[in-house]
Amino acid sequence: MKNLILTTAALALTAGFAMADTVRLGTEGAYPPFNFLNDAGEIDGFERELGDELCARAELTCEWVTNDWDSIIPNLVSGNYDVIIAGMSITPERDEVIDFTQNYTQPDPSAYMVLTGNEGLDVTGAVIAAQTNTIQAGFVAEMGAPLVEFATPDETISAVRTGEADAVLADKSYLAPIAEENADLTLLERDELIGGGVGMGLRESDGELREKFDAAIQSMKDDGSLNTLIEKWEVGETF
Amino acid sequence: MFSYCTDPAALSGLTWLSCYLTTGKHMALYWSFGTVLTLLAITAPTALALGFAGASAARSRIRPLSWLGKFYIAIVRGVPDIAFFLFFVIALDQGIEYLRHKVKCPDWSEPIRQGNDFVVCSAAKMPLSTASQWQHDVYGFALAVVTFAIVFGAFAANVLFGAMRAVPHAQIETAEAYGMSPRQAYWRVLVPQMWIYALPGLGNLWMVLIKATPLLFLLGISDIVYWARELGGAKTARFTDYPHPDWRMWYFLALLVFYLGFTKLSEMVLERLTRRLSHGQATAGGEALRKAAT
Repeated sequence: MKNLILTTAALALTAGFAMADTVRLGTEGAYPPFNFLNDAGEIDGFERELGDELCARAELTCEWVTNDWDSIIPNLVSGNYDVIIAGMSITPERDEVIDFTQNYTQPDPSAYMVLTGNEGLDVTGAVIAAQTNTIQAGFVAEMGAPLVEFATPDETISAVRTGEADAVLADKSYLAPIAEENADLTLLERDELIGGGVGMGLRESDGELREKFDAAIQSMKDDGSLNTLIEKWEVGETF
Repeated sequence: MFSYCTDPAALSGLTWLSCYLTTGKHMALYWSFGTVLTLLAITAPTALALGFAGASAARSRIRPLSWLGKFYIAIVRGVPDIAFFLFFVIALDQGIEYLRHKVKCPDWSEPIRQGNDFVVCSAAKMPLSTASQWQHDVYGFALAVVTFAIVFGAFAANVLFGAMRAVPHAQIETAEAYGMSPRQAYWRVLVPQMWIYALPGLGNLWMVLIKATPLLFLLGISDIVYWARELGGAKTARFTDYPHPDWRMWYFLALLVFYLGFTKLSEMVLERLTRRLSHGQATAGGEALRKAAT
């Protein structure tokens, strides 16, 4: 009981100070090199470094949270966190629901990965695996090829291994390291250019915060520090 | 964790494994076992209490109360769990924030619903956006407990409602013949005797509850299944010191052993409980115990 009173008192106090608001950054934590959990269980990757730098430049206190990819937009609009920074490509469909900052990566080519020995595959008639709610899934559906969707990037790769799908379509920067390290998987030569680059997603009512991040991204583009990060994590072309 | 873990690439065999199994990420997995067990430990009694209240209300002689009880049982039992978990939690969270908003920011002029967005003043946020991560975690956990308790409480209420009716009517008549009021007969005769009839149903519910905990991830809490999937997925050497192919099968095998062990343990406890509650009951189980004793 005593403890309870103490905590309530402490809460009341902190509520009084308040308003050095923390900005909560939501990410998936399962899409290297953009974002992933490192061995220590912390969020790491290109977007971790980028996000921390952007927050420093915009003079915001930021905090990282992970969220399932499927519910990442609904949880943003209902206010569980303030920003999506999860390798999310800017598309007109998403732009109707949320707002985006300017892109911080170039439109990244998407690549097909197949089992080694299957390089002659004609992708227009093949079964293609993609992660649900991604630009790649939308692209395959539009192309008219049979699409199998999975909740996580990992499962799309397994689908190719088990033969459930002939190829997986995903960001090239995600697939390239995997194809490099696994002799049984190979990238096709054919690339697809989809999407308008990756940006941060914010609530449409949050214009002020969006402007702050926009300015911070611009300043990183101007002084070349963004290019350094892009090269370090190999997430496509530089600006 | 251990001093020899600084360069995992040079290690092999058991030493490698000992380093691998003690990374921060694995610690998070072990920790999540605690989360799941804590959730069960808090939810089960809460759901039982809610179920008892629901059943008592449903058989009440006061009409509106009885309607309320029956309405609760019917609605929650009819809605699919997963829909309930997706819809109800967001609704509950927004409801709390809406009420706080009305109290704390009376002169806020902008609408709360702006297109897709749900916007309340920052003082009304639950938890406040200044709160640290653990406060968010505790709040999410509390929402999970409430949701689980409401869902499983409705099923428990139905089981208890049935159990209350299964107690032989002669017992109540006898209690009344001794001059007990309906209230006394309820608490002293009906309630103590109904448990043996409720136990099989409640046991089932407990088993279902154990296996329903992966629904936690829908509420943003990293449970054991989430970590098993995350840790088991193939890892390339660029992003970890412990690269490995797809090991999800082994992680899920470990979960299988955990769940089977846990349900086995539960069965043993339920078995003993059944024996205990059967003593002196006018059931086949109670009769068998009486015969064995003589």
